[in-house]
Order: sequence, then structure tokens, then C-alpha cells
Amino acid sequence: MTLNGWIQILIFCAIVVALVVPLGWYMTRVFEGARTPLSIVLRPVELVLYRLGGIDESREQDWLAYTVSMLVFHVGGFLLLYALLRLQVWLPLNPQEMSAVPPELSFNTAVSFITNTNWQNYGGESTMSYLVQMLGLTHQNFLSAASGIVLAVALIRGFSRVSAHAIGNFWVDLVRCTLYVLMPLCILFTLFLVWQGVPQTLGPSVEATTLEGAEQTIAVGPVASQVAIKMLGTNGGGFFNANAAHPFENPTALSNLVQMVAIFALGAALTNVFGRMVGDQRQGWALLGAMGVLFLAGVAVTYWAEAAGSGPLNALGLDGGNMEGKEVRFGIALSSLFAVITTAASCGAVNAMHDSFTALGGMVPLINMQLGEIIVGGVGAGLYGMLIFVIVTIFVAGLMVGRTPEYVGKKIEAREVKMAMLAILILPLMYLGWTAVAVVLPPAVASIANPGPHGFSEVLYAYTSQTANNGSAFAGLTGNTPFYNITGGLSMLVGRFCVIIPAMAIAGALAAKKRVPASAGTFPTHGGLFVGLLVGVIVIIGGLTFFPALALGPVVEHLAMTAGTTF
Amino acid sequence: MQASRQTRNAASALLDPRIVGPALGSAFKKLDPRKMIANPVMFVVEVVAALTTVLFLRDLATGGAHLGFTAQIVLWLWFTVLFANFAEAVAEGRGKAQADALRRTRTESVAKRLRSADRRAYETIPGTGLAVGDVVLVEAGDTIPSDGEVIEGIASVNEAAITGESAPVIRESGGDRSAATGGTQVLSDWIKVRITAAPGSTFLDRMIALVEGAARQKTPNEIALNILLAGMTIIFVVAVATIPSYVAYAGGVVSIVVLVALFVTLIPTTIGALLSAIGIAGMDRLLRFNVLAMSGHAVEAAGDVDTLLLDKTGTITLGNRQATAFRPVRGVSEQELADAAQLASLADETPEGRSIVVLAKETYGIRGRDLADLGGRPIPFTAQSRMSGMEVGTSWVRKGAVDAVLDFLTTPSAVTAGSTLRSLQPAVSQEASRDIRALSEEIAKAGGTPLAVARDGRLLGIVQLKDVVKGGIRERFAELRRMGIRTVMITGDNPMTAAAIAAEAGVDDFLAQATPEDKLRLIREEQAKGKLVAMCGDGTNDAPALAQADVGVAMNTGTQAAREAGNMVDLDSNPTKLIEVVEIGKQLLMTRGALTTFSIANDVAKYFAIIPAIFVAVYPQLGALNVMGLASPQSAILSAIVFNALIIVALIPLALKGVRYRAVGAAALLRRNLLVYGLGGVIIPFAGIKIIDLAVSALHLV
Repeated sequence: MTLNGWIQILIFCAIVVALVVPLGWYMTRVFEGARTPLSIVLRPVELVLYRLGGIDESREQDWLAYTVSMLVFHVGGFLLLYALLRLQVWLPLNPQEMSAVPPELSFNTAVSFITNTNWQNYGGESTMSYLVQMLGLTHQNFLSAASGIVLAVALIRGFSRVSAHAIGNFWVDLVRCTLYVLMPLCILFTLFLVWQGVPQTLGPSVEATTLEGAEQTIAVGPVASQVAIKMLGTNGGGFFNANAAHPFENPTALSNLVQMVAIFALGAALTNVFGRMVGDQRQGWALLGAMGVLFLAGVAVTYWAEAAGSGPLNALGLDGGNMEGKEVRFGIALSSLFAVITTAASCGAVNAMHDSFTALGGMVPLINMQLGEIIVGGVGAGLYGMLIFVIVTIFVAGLMVGRTPEYVGKKIEAREVKMAMLAILILPLMYLGWTAVAVVLPPAVASIANPGPHGFSEVLYAYTSQTANNGSAFAGLTGNTPFYNITGGLSMLVGRFCVIIPAMAIAGALAAKKRVPASAGTFPTHGGLFVGLLVGVIVIIGGLTFFPALALGPVVEHLAMTAGTTF
Repeated sequence: MQASRQTRNAASALLDPRIVGPALGSAFKKLDPRKMIANPVMFVVEVVAALTTVLFLRDLATGGAHLGFTAQIVLWLWFTVLFANFAEAVAEGRGKAQADALRRTRTESVAKRLRSADRRAYETIPGTGLAVGDVVLVEAGDTIPSDGEVIEGIASVNEAAITGESAPVIRESGGDRSAATGGTQVLSDWIKVRITAAPGSTFLDRMIALVEGAARQKTPNEIALNILLAGMTIIFVVAVATIPSYVAYAGGVVSIVVLVALFVTLIPTTIGALLSAIGIAGMDRLLRFNVLAMSGHAVEAAGDVDTLLLDKTGTITLGNRQATAFRPVRGVSEQELADAAQLASLADETPEGRSIVVLAKETYGIRGRDLADLGGRPIPFTAQSRMSGMEVGTSWVRKGAVDAVLDFLTTPSAVTAGSTLRSLQPAVSQEASRDIRALSEEIAKAGGTPLAVARDGRLLGIVQLKDVVKGGIRERFAELRRMGIRTVMITGDNPMTAAAIAAEAGVDDFLAQATPEDKLRLIREEQAKGKLVAMCGDGTNDAPALAQADVGVAMNTGTQAAREAGNMVDLDSNPTKLIEVVEIGKQLLMTRGALTTFSIANDVAKYFAIIPAIFVAVYPQLGALNVMGLASPQSAILSAIVFNALIIVALIPLALKGVRYRAVGAAALLRRNLLVYGLGGVIIPFAGIKIIDLAVSALHLV
């Protein structure tokens, strides 16, 4: 570890924190329906969209209607994307003449993009036409991100509204989020990326003759626009297979920094939106504080593990840390940082190969995802995931002050606890369950590249990444088989919607409650004590679930590695 | 004093053979799965214990390996369930003893049913044959056959059967003391009682059911906690059920008994085992305070209370105003005023009147005089005259409300209508009456009540009566404030007096000149703000407010209507107890929270004991996780499961006694409890498992 490395990490943190208040202020105005600086341009567009969609802006929905709208929207998105994938061969904007995508892969990919996972069992540049990339994938990149954000906002309204029935209008929130938040930021970001050298073209691939005289096909396309939303919307699906490690997706140190900031920007700002909407910004800072503690701990472990390198390589004189699978232009510090960011948030973009990390370095991304990606997390999803943990924390420890647990004035009772537990237990059921099936099913085992605990980690990572809607891959595992495509698709669906539906039920139940005024007897939820408690509960309840699996994967690999055995 | 008594009782329950004996028996009876299912966590433990028993028997028949180890695991699994049942049985045991005592008093009573309410002719029928609306006659020596309302007569009643208090109480028709309780005994005189309770649902029946725990329902927080625990159990089912497949991938096998051991140690058995004992013990603590909670919900709501409405009289003040000073007008000595005031109060049997006599005696040595010796004629207090006094020969004295005395002195009609013995003196000196008004205003502002004294047409001065605030009450309110509870004093006094007493007692707010409607409105306003309100009351006119309040404590001396409306009954009829009730409610919630935190925090150590033990055969490197240095995989697993069972027993006293509540504010309380039960919960099992492991290997148990 170097001082330089830590300074870069701290610069990143400082920028993210600095953006929290302005973005939080702006998003709060957007979701409260207030005028924003951009209203003069966007308001007319917004009204046209409502007229076209037949949406009554003033009519709000209860939690069930809101959730049903969201589900209908996603079913539509799925069918459209599936059709595009299956039919791309006959559709325009296919200069490479890509053939139709097979059914299981289409299912996996369509689910992957509507759930904000962007798990890719394919190489983008060699499988998808431009039309699919833009109309299917980029479009879902926007909408799955927007739906994550609006669901978080709906849950926030559950906390902030008093004795209310409605938690907002899904369609209005979706339109406003896309139009006022995602579009303007993406346009700015795209222009920035083009300036940095990222291609943005509809032309076909470039043919080049290399110095040796060989013919090389250099894939290009509308890359910058897709990269912008893949980061801001924590989608993570790269235009190229190599994702953000590809020089056309992430050409410079500056583009790398801004992309990392973009992954966290909206998720971190949502904590401020929460604070503002419940009328106490400190509550938002406390949530961000808990996320920050877990984040920095993860960065420290990964950076330390990668910088220390592996014993066997060091023994060969290859000291200076583990550079396998890393881009030299990013180095160990920024590759470690990127890996932790992308898995803490549900982004999944990678600028280094996680499979090549040391055992402990690769374990941190795994833990980040297994905790449910609540460390800043996917846009929106991170916040509602964190709030679900807050409910459990408040309930476990809140009783210790001698009152029915309350959070920001709302009593946490049986219904909320039931829904929160449902959301929490569904994740291990998916990733532990499917891993258990995959590691004993011969056709599934055949996909594993490395033997022993490392191969186990590959499978565990694949299901964890999909269940948590992350989308980053450990590589090493041949995921494009019917078994992995279908079980992975199911994991993504369950991991997304079986968390959302309980979260919305909580929103509905909370919105209907009165607000209990705070007193000296109220559990204080804005201080360091609460942050520590929240972190403790997340680590114990989240962590204990997958401790056995980790012990058999990265932990044993690490212990074996220090003893000189590799897999 | 009461607090120490209950603590001692709680601690001694585990040592009391009368409780432990039956509890051991019922721990086995409770193994019935139909009863166990109410407690999901322990039900799951019972299921896996049964499963491993079957596996053990199979191994025994087929001659499998590690029979001794398996047998011990199976045994300790059953112990885990039995310890949980034992905890519940001990908690119930104390109530059962009390219920038996109550049952003995509910002897088959005989009722004298009146043929009609206005006559005394009756027929004798068994008490159980009474219907609602029947009127019975209860005479000295009779036991009141069922609950009802006194409609005629007055009697002293021994209610020791219910309250444990042997001093008899007065029950009379009309007013706030009209409730007659079945099972209590009339000592003197007679009353007619209209029956209001159907057989089997009398106060005594309900009380028996409550103390026995038969009527116990899970409280809202308990339900939520059960869901949390069930959810965690399911999570650990997933975590443990996937292990065989992972181990198979790594080329090993893991036995079911070991997996069951891991599973049982991971699921929150500690809190699962003690949850119902905590709830029962909470109700029981209230009972020891002689407060009967009609539902567990009420006890829990007490812990959540934000606003406490307290009647001034009897709760905040000693109940009666007392004379504290004589304030003469100019030209009159204090001695003269005291003498006249005492004379005017000799016939006044009210506590206020007596306090004047006492004060005059104490400060000026004026002896109480015998009325007969004086040959005076006492003038009793009436609501119309609002004065009392004495006439001796041609001389007279009066004392009473300032306005009333002034009126008496200045109004000609009053003068002529009065006694001829009194010399006419229509013009009271302007100066004196100005003095009196100034004095009385000053006293009222300070929270006192002025009484004017006049003798032979001359105003002498004022007797200052004051509400005496109970000793220590100010500290109690400060404590409540630290708990985050706002206290509101309810009084019929005028706002000026109320403000002064409120300031002296240190309450946060007051409601002056309060009518029952005002009380109800105040409760509704607080509730609209999301607050929980507690109050106590005894009169029929309190009933709506008692019903509206989240915690309504009715005084046992109160009317039947009040007792029906409240969700708690204070058998001692001591309104100050509301504060203890709140503390008990908080204690109940805290104990649950503390043991939940402890239970979950324990898992860290158990993982470090069992995970290396299970996996070390497959990956010897994982032996590095055996941070406790446990002797062998088998002894590690056995030690973890033994610790898991023994910790239940070790925590029974805490569950029964409750975690102590300290009014130090939520933040400080949380910090302390987190340190003790959170951090302690992480550390203790490391030490505990290690010690058990040492014992296991020393005894060569595996």
C-alpha cells in the first residue's frame, strides 16, 4: 500500500461526499414535484409525455398500485427486450449482421437488463447489434436505474408521510427521474467521455492492419452514451466484453476517476434525499456513515491483499503486489478501489479481472454483494436494501431502550419486521441454494475453470452477483449454458423483485402510521452509536449467513495460498 | 422497598422447591408438539432433536461410528428444549401459586337474591346461578357472590382476598365507591348489589386466569420478535442445508448430527427459549406491585408511554390541603387570628379543619378546647354558606372562602337572617377588606388556598391552606423527564393555583379546572400527535378517559365502570404507581431486546467453534480458524451445543428479574446495554465454550 494510493482513494471519497448535498437537494426537488433549474426546458416535455401516456400527474397510488405499475412496466420491458434479442437478425442497425440470440441467453440477458443486473453471458461486441445495444440495452439501462430510484423514493415517502394512503405515482416518478435526473447527467457525462476519447459512432467496426501485417477488427459503436448510463445507473453492462478495462470504455486516469464517482454519485445522494424528506438530514448522513465504514473497511482489505500480493509469487521475486488481471494504467490502488466500488454499488462494471485477485482481495467484492449491496448500492436499490437492514437493526437493539422500536418517528412493528426478514432471507436462499445445486450437478460443474476452492468461489460469485443484481463476473466460469442462463435469470428476478415487493409493502404500512414525536426516551438514530450498531447487525446477520460458504471458498484458498498451495 | 422485595422474589424463584418441583414436571409436559408450535424456534429444535434421536437409534441398531458422541449431542439437544420449557414453567409457577390462593377464596358462595330491588324479601340460591341484572342482598358476614354495583346501603368490606390488604374499605351506593367485587366479604351493615358480571367472567375469575397465564396472549412486540426469530431460523436453515453440497464438492462428507448441532447453536435459541418466560415474568412483576394488567398489550404500551396524566390530589399532593400560616390584617395579632381560626374549626372534622386546629396548637400553644366546656354552638360547613364557625354566647367566629365571609359581613340580608346573638356591624372597614383581598390574591398565586376568618363582625385575617406536594415526587418527575415522558397534572383548581403547584412539583404541564370532557380531549389531542397516553382514575366520569387512554389504570376502590374501562386495575388504589407501571413496561421490552442482542451476538463464537470442526477434515488449512484452540472437532461441537443449552438456564434469573431500567436517556441506556449484552454476547461464549471444552476433554467425554 502506498500513500499515493490512499490519497487517490481519499480524493475519490471527498468528491463523492461533496456531491451528496447538491445532488440530494436537486433530487429532493425533483421527487417533491417542485420547480428545478431545468424545469423551463423539461417541463413542457414532461407534460407532453403525460398526455401521450394518459397519466394524471396529480393522482397518486397506494403501495400495491405502485408496485403493480412497476411490475407491469418491467414485464413490458422484458418482452420488448426478449423480442429484440431474438429478432435482431431481421432488424435494422445491424452492420455486423449478428445472428439471433439463443432463447436461454435471451432470457438471461433480458432479465439481466430489466433487473439492473447487466450480467453478461455474452461478449457485447460479438453478439449484439447496435439496435439492440441502444434500443434494448441502453434503454433498459435508463429505465431499470430509474425504477430503482423511484422505488427508493416511494419507500422514503413511507417514512416521511404521516397517516397517508398514497406513496406517489410510479409513472410520474419514473418520467421525472429519467427526464430530470438521468438524462441531463448522462448527456454531460457522455460529452465528457467523448472528450476523453471514448468512441460514439453508428459506423461499423474498423479494419486495421497491424505491424505484423495481420488484419485486426477494432470494434467501435455508440460506446460513450452507454458507458455514461452504465455507471450513473449502476448497470455495469459494458459495451465491450472487457468492460471498463477496455481502453475504449475507460481510456484515461481521469475517465476512470469520474466513472468511479459516477457509480456512487446518485446512490450516495439518495441518503441525503432520505434525510431531507424525513426532515432531518443527519439521518441521511448516518446511513451514509454506516455505508462509508463498511466501504472503507472493504477498500482497506482489498487494497492490502492486492498490494501484499501472493506468497508463491513473492517467493519467485515477483513482489510489488498482485498485478495479474489488472491494467497497468490503473495500478493496484485504483483497481482495488474500482472492484470494491462496483460491488458495493450494484454496478458490476470492472476495470480489472476479479478472478485474478488474491483470495482475500476477491472475497471483499463477494461479501459486498452478499450483504445485499447496501454499501451505497445500486441506485435506489442500495438505499432500500439499507433501510431494510435499518428496520432489523432497530428492532433487534431498539427494544433495549425500553420502547417499541421507532425509526424517524415511525413505529417498527410486526408487519415491517416480517417484510424486512422476507427481503433479507430471500438473497441467501438464491445464491447459497443455486451454488449448492451447481457444485454437485455434473453439467454445471463442467463449466468451472479452476478446481478446488477457487472454482467454488467462481460459482458462488456468479450466483451472488446475479442475485444481488450486480452483474460483475469473476470470470473463469463458462456461464453461457442453459443451466446457468436459466438459474441465473431466476436468481436475478427473485433477487430484484422479492426484495422490492416487501420493501413496497413496508412503504405502504409505514405511510399509514402516525409520526411519534422524538423525546429523551427515543432511540437516537443519527449518531455514531447507531452507525456502529447498524454496521454490527449488517455484519452479524448478513455475514453469518454466508460464513460457511466463504470458509470453503476464499478463506481456505487464502490459508492454502499462504501455505504455498494454489488452485 | 417494593422493588427490593420483587427482586428477591425473582432471584429466589429458582431456589424455591415449591416452584422448581412442578416446573420440572411441566417442562416435560410442554414437550407436546401442539404446545411447542407456539414457539417456532424451540419447535424447530424439538423437531431436529427428534430427528437426531431417530438417527441415533438407527446407528445404534446398525452399529455406526461415534455412538457416544452422537448420544451426547442428542441428549443436549433435548436438554435445550427442556431448559426452555423449564424457564417458561418457572415463570408460570409463581403465578400458579397465587392463582391457587385465589381459588381457595372463591368458595362456593350463596346469594340472597331479592325478588325485587325495593324489598328485603329474598330467596337463597347458589352464587353461580346469578344472572346479570339480579339484585342481591349482602349482609354482615356474607361474601359478595359476584361483581356488581352497590345500589343501596353502605358497608365495610374486607377485600383482602383480592388486594391482600386487610384493612376494610367502605362500599356505598352512588359516588365513586360503588363497586362490589365478588369473593370479598361484608364485615358490617348491609348493601344491595346489582350483579354486573356473568358467572365465570367476574373480576376474580379474570384475575385467576391472568395470574395463571391462561389468558396470556402474545404482545405486539413479542409477535414481531417471533417473526424476526423465525426469519433468522429460516436463514440458518439455508446456510446449514447448503453445507453438505459444498462439502461434497470439496470431496468430503459431513454427518447430519454435526449439521444439526451447528444449526441449533446458530438459531437464536437463547431468546427463543426465554421469550415467553420474559413476558410472563413481566405480568408477574406487575402483579407483585398489586397491579392487574388485563392484557400484555397494556404492559407493553406502558413502556411506550409518552405522556402521563396524573391527578393532582392523591398523586402529586398528599390529598388534603393543610393550614400552613396565619396571615392577620393590620392591627390584629397572629395569636388572636390563630385563636379565632381554631375556635371556628373545632367543629370542622375535615382534614383541612383539623390541620388548622393542629397548626394553632403547634405554633401558638393554643390548646384545642372542648365544645361542651365552651358551651358553644357549632355552625357546620354547608355548600351554600361555604363557611363553618362557632357561636359562644354573644360572640361568634366564622371561617370560610374569602368571598363567602366578606359577603356574610357586608350583606344586610345575611345579617338579619343570621343569629340574634350577633351584634350588627354592617360596615366592614374598607381597609381590612382591601388587606384581605391583597393577601388572598398573594396566597392563591403561590398555589395556596386562602380562608378568611372573622370574629364578631371584624375581619381578622387569612388562614393559608396549602397543597402539600408529596416528598420525592419532584425527583420522580425529573426521572420521568429523563425517560422522555411528559407529565401533565390534572386538577380542578383555578389556573393560578394549579400553575404554582405544577411548578413546585416539577410537572411539565397542567390542566386546570379540568372537567372529564377536558381530560378526554387532552388525551385525544396527545394521541393525534402520535403519543401514547397513560392515566389513572377511579370515578365513573373517568371511564371515557380511561378507555381512551393507551394505558388506563383504574383504582380498585373506584366504580365498576372505571374498572371496566381501564386496561389495568391497581389493587392498592395508589395512583403514584403509574410510574412503576411504566418502568415495568420498559423493563419488559428491554429484557427482550437485551437477550435478543445477546443471542445473536453469541453466533460469532459458535461459528468459530463449529465451522473449523466441520471442515477441517476436508481442508486441514481451516484449522487456523480454531482460534479458541479447542481440543478436537468433536469436543468443539459438543462444547458449543452444551454452552448453547446451559446459557438458557444461566439466563433464567435475568429473564425473570428483567434488565434494570435506568432513567438516563435512551442514548446512554443503549450504549450501556450494547456494551453489556452486545459486546458481552460476542465475548462470553468464547470463554464459555473454551471452559466447557477443557472440561469435556478432561473428562474424556468424546
